[in-house]
Amino acid sequence: MIKKILFTLTAVLMLISIYFIFSSFSPIPVNLKEAPGDPINFKIFYFHLPIAISAYLAFAIVFVSSVLYLRGKQQIWDIVALSAAEVGVIFAFLTLVSGSIWARSAWGEYWVTWDVRLNTSLVLFLIYLSYLMVRQAVEEPEKRARLSAVFGIVGFVGVPISYVSIRLWTRATLHPVAELDYSTFSPLIITLFMNFAAFFLLAASLILIRMDNERLKEKGNELKRIKGL
Amino acid sequence: MKFIEIAKKDLKAEFRTKQMLNSMIIFALLVIIIFSFAFGNEASILIQGINKKIVDLLAPGMLWIAFTFAGMLGLSRSFAGEKEEGCLEGLKLCPIDRSEIYNGKVVSNAILMFLMEIITIPVFAVLFSYEIRNVPGLALVVILGTLGFIFVGTLLSALAVNTRTREILLPVILFPVLIPVILSAVSATGIMLSKGEIMDIAGELQILLIYDIVFFIVAQLVFEYTIED
Repeated sequence: MIKKILFTLTAVLMLISIYFIFSSFSPIPVNLKEAPGDPINFKIFYFHLPIAISAYLAFAIVFVSSVLYLRGKQQIWDIVALSAAEVGVIFAFLTLVSGSIWARSAWGEYWVTWDVRLNTSLVLFLIYLSYLMVRQAVEEPEKRARLSAVFGIVGFVGVPISYVSIRLWTRATLHPVAELDYSTFSPLIITLFMNFAAFFLLAASLILIRMDNERLKEKGNELKRIKGL
Repeated sequence: MKFIEIAKKDLKAEFRTKQMLNSMIIFALLVIIIFSFAFGNEASILIQGINKKIVDLLAPGMLWIAFTFAGMLGLSRSFAGEKEEGCLEGLKLCPIDRSEIYNGKVVSNAILMFLMEIITIPVFAVLFSYEIRNVPGLALVVILGTLGFIFVGTLLSALAVNTRTREILLPVILFPVLIPVILSAVSATGIMLSKGEIMDIAGELQILLIYDIVFFIVAQLVFEYTIED
């Protein structure tokens, strides 16, 4: 029941926030109109930022549930970690794609090799892609859970150090820091917050759906075992 | 201090055949030689604007590609041998803390890698008629970078040996986590080779040190989960 409410709420919020983005309600800042591309591309920002933050949150969930799995060896935490990692990888990929499209219009290039933020997002994506590789390479469920939990911890610990080292190595960043005035309810803030809510809920719903899938799979396997198939 | 015994055992077995060490050294040399064939003619061209030869720009990357790729060979065999001969069971029966096994493996892997590096660097200097400005500084960078590589590599090698695709999986999961080490080591090596002031690489050394310490501690905590049944 709670899930149904959550899914409906997600769908409704998604629709509203997409409407907000593509209607004339959400503004395009004036100073951006000097960018080489079409200024309308600024609207990517409204889902680029929420998707990126959702990906980070999903990876944090992977870390926490990996630690919890190693402590108690309860299977539920492994399922949480798996689901969050898959959703996180997709969101991280979407961050890269939406960022690249926006960069093409704002900076004239899809990818800027020496940019800090770009490289950090790429490393994050690669680390969790290899997390999924670890999962794929082990068949026994208990062993898979244990090994991937170890990698989930190692990968997440590496993220802040990667961030610092990339900052040191790369010269600067073109990537803007969102300097927003959150105190006033301007159309920009409202649209952004709507999108934050919509994408957090979307990530949460996807994780929950993935967890259900995994549980059903377990149940199916168990039935097969009992029937001797 | 039991880990010294494990390291001794590994090194004794290794020096009987020198199988691993030889292939690591030859592989590293081959990488350097291939680079010398590929860039040999152009390497000594002076780039006007920045007053550097092309080899100055390529050297640090070349060295670390040789080190990491050759080191990968050693790492992937480090636990695979134990596993194939069933020796891991014996090690696990030892009345010692599980992390001692990790420490022992770290010591033996690090020694093999240092031996490989000691031979590779002079050959590199000869092939490219290269003058290394700051030898102690370079040694410090190489030691810290190698330790970071070995700390993470040994842990992930123990993880990868339990999977189906062992040797193939290790590089895939190791390199994304290694990015901070590679970035900082390459940048610091470049400065040590050309300018040679130890103060110029304070930032890189900090990152390498932090990386080494953090991953050493993380590995002590999670290593036992990678080999438990």
